[in-house]
Amino acid sequence: MAVETTEINHITGEMSGLACKPAKRFGFIKYLAVFLIVTVLFAFLQQLLMPKYMHGIVEGAMIAEYYQEEKDHNVIFVGDCELYENISPAVLWEEYGINSYIRGSAQQLIWQSYYLMEETLKYEHPEVMVFNVLSMKYDVPQNEAYNRMTLDGMRWSMSKVRDIQASMTEEESFAEYVFPILRYHSRITQLEQDDVTYLFRKDPVTFNGYYMRVDVKAAENVPTGRPLGDYRFGDNAYKYLEMMAQLCEKEGVELVLVKAPSLYPYWYDEWDEQMVQFAKDHDLKYYNLLNVTDEMGLDFSQDTYDGGLHLNLSGAEKMAHYFGKILQEDCGVTSRRGEEKLEKAWEEKIAAYEAEIARQEANLKE
Amino acid sequence: MLFTSYSFMIFVAVTFCLYYVCPKKWQWAILLGASYFFYFMAGRTYLIYILVTTVSTYLAARQMDARKERAEQAYALQKDSLDKEGRKALKAKQKKGITRVFLACLILNIGILAVVKYTNFMIANINGIAKAFGGDGTLSFVDLVLPMGISFYTFQSVAYLIDVYHGKYPAQKHLGKFALFVAFFPQLVQGPISRYNELSESLFALHSFDKQNIAYGLERILWGYFKKMVIADRMLVAVKVLIAEPETYYGSFAFVGMLFYALELYADFTGGIDITIGVAQLFGVKVAENFRRPYFSKNIKEYWKRWHISMGTWFTDYIFYPVSVSKPFRKLNKFAREHFGDHVGKRLPVYLSSFVVWLLTGIWHGASWNFIAWGLGNYVVIMISEELEPLYHRFHKRFHVAGTLPWKLFQVIRTVLIMSCLRMFDCYRDVPLTFQMFGSMFARPNLSALTGEAFLGLGLGVTDYIILAAGALVLFAVSMIQRAGSVRTKIASCSFPVRMVIWWGLFFIVLLFGAYSIGYNESQFIYNQF
Repeated sequence: MAVETTEINHITGEMSGLACKPAKRFGFIKYLAVFLIVTVLFAFLQQLLMPKYMHGIVEGAMIAEYYQEEKDHNVIFVGDCELYENISPAVLWEEYGINSYIRGSAQQLIWQSYYLMEETLKYEHPEVMVFNVLSMKYDVPQNEAYNRMTLDGMRWSMSKVRDIQASMTEEESFAEYVFPILRYHSRITQLEQDDVTYLFRKDPVTFNGYYMRVDVKAAENVPTGRPLGDYRFGDNAYKYLEMMAQLCEKEGVELVLVKAPSLYPYWYDEWDEQMVQFAKDHDLKYYNLLNVTDEMGLDFSQDTYDGGLHLNLSGAEKMAHYFGKILQEDCGVTSRRGEEKLEKAWEEKIAAYEAEIARQEANLKE
Repeated sequence: MLFTSYSFMIFVAVTFCLYYVCPKKWQWAILLGASYFFYFMAGRTYLIYILVTTVSTYLAARQMDARKERAEQAYALQKDSLDKEGRKALKAKQKKGITRVFLACLILNIGILAVVKYTNFMIANINGIAKAFGGDGTLSFVDLVLPMGISFYTFQSVAYLIDVYHGKYPAQKHLGKFALFVAFFPQLVQGPISRYNELSESLFALHSFDKQNIAYGLERILWGYFKKMVIADRMLVAVKVLIAEPETYYGSFAFVGMLFYALELYADFTGGIDITIGVAQLFGVKVAENFRRPYFSKNIKEYWKRWHISMGTWFTDYIFYPVSVSKPFRKLNKFAREHFGDHVGKRLPVYLSSFVVWLLTGIWHGASWNFIAWGLGNYVVIMISEELEPLYHRFHKRFHVAGTLPWKLFQVIRTVLIMSCLRMFDCYRDVPLTFQMFGSMFARPNLSALTGEAFLGLGLGVTDYIILAAGALVLFAVSMIQRAGSVRTKIASCSFPVRMVIWWGLFFIVLLFGAYSIGYNESQFIYNQF
């Protein structure tokens, strides 16, 4: 009898154990389901609230566009608006067979350019990297809005982490880069059609990083620079320029420094001298294209769309024509004409490029 | 480290993990370490002040207890050999020694508070008086650090000291645990002013990971964030504009500002206390409630029993009663009864004690005349209300409205309006300007200025007003539900999906509609400054 009771207890015990297991499993499943739903909802809302930069201020979409590219360029330009508005990669391809890309965004600071270089070199190994030196004038983080336009588009990597840390202004927080919804949550009351249209897709806003403008606004009464108390570039800016030189040397990539031919912000002779000296000290090439605007054939009554700050299409094509020659003759960048895959890709890109020219010209006529 | 900052959330999360991962016997030490880290992050020199208060109060309380014990032993040995007078004399002598220790510690701690908080206020007043009498009035201000939450932890320590002095409970023998009682980080910013006998049990107990308790804690924190970030910090934008431009926003706008500030202050302070209680609950610590739906009070007296309860009871227990039964007040009572009759004799000491209480309440809130005026304003309203009591009785005898809904509503609205009017002292921080703005509500109402466009000029958009209105409605609805019992218990009794919808719904509301990050000024809790 005693044996029977024990057996019965044993069996019921097992049965209750069996009864418990599904309950526990269900408990786990329901929490897992909540976790998944909340995560998906969180991700969806974050995606919805992130600015799309598809119209108006499109600069915020530029950095992310690079990841859609076939990463096999001869030349990578890194810098601010003086690059992404001033040189046309399409002309570099058409005239010199140079497959180039511009990794630039608005007011891209030197440390941002450095980390973009570092990141780019993880994806590809170009012959030359061209850096526009205007951002040497900034030694400390400047503006959250511009930071966002550069950093939000970057893919997560240690380069991005270090870039954020180097770029954050006092009011910014790292957590808001990790979870951008914390920064953009207030857009919930300002959502537009674009936020829905471009929720899961993006249209290209550049042509290999080049931001095209065909309109003209002549440069008139361009102000000269006000005298400065101290013309020496900051230590932080120098630190990153030095790091760029070391990175390129280590990777076996030629670093070329340029000052793009924009009339404003003013480029001081004292600044130019420092760049000349730096290039000399580090055995780098430095081209101040402001000194050769006539040779390039730039006409600031025709070749700028905002009074000399940036070049328009006509100006950008002239600069590409001029600088392509430098890249090929001085830097030995090879022509890749004849590479079937590349030819085909550029054929499509140039068709889009020309369609955009036609669209903008038609708009202007209207 | 603001309660609403990411760093605070990370700090709480790390402390929480350590608290439940480490052996239970070290839980108090983890909380103490976290509290000092929190305080250190607020200001490096702050730690010195809190350490002085902690060590001095601890030593004084231990000393008082030791002296009491020795006195009891001596008394037991000597009492048989002494007559009644002799025993009395011995007890008085023994008490004197204990009182000396007590007063020394009390003066030290109140002195620190007075010096760091009120020195410049005194200098400003001395300069003002000197100028009024033709002097220079050029005494220079002193650059003193005002440690965060000093009023709260000083009052908490003083209450402990007084209670030990009166033998309400024995002194805490463990310095570390006592230090934790003084510095427990969730209540360091804005209270409540906890009592040792209420807080110590759960603060020093060994806590296991209690799912339900932690869920309640998180729920409470979320509710606090909702009040603070969705309502208070959004309302702050408009309140700032209204206060900054009194020459533009007078009359009806002063009235609007008064109501806006009432809502902002309520959401800010109660939200902060919700976060405090919720964070404490994560660690299994039970912090006393500081509010009981104050805007549902029928009169000012009741309001003060439901708003900032821990401060009200502190002043009642440690100022009002001791002052009322003090020798001079007893004498005054006797004198008034003899000369003015029972009616006045009974009231005079109470009214004078209340005056002291409200004067000190005002001073405690801040070192400026507007707070003193605010405290005394409360006093005047309460006294008038007391004096009008017979009139109310006559009114209710004649009109049988008491207990009816319209009358209750009238009482509630009246209380809210009176309290909001008094808060104008706090709002404008300038006594003459407050009177001017209060007067403008009647003398220059300027009702035509209250246009939609003018409201949009206060820095808030239409959606902000919709969010605020919805938020206020939610607050009201929750308060109404609370009248019938705990909202948390009701939520806990809901099915799993409903609970999840409520919790995560609130989370996403705070996430999306909270006024935080760049674009909104990160704002400190209003009561933090006290």
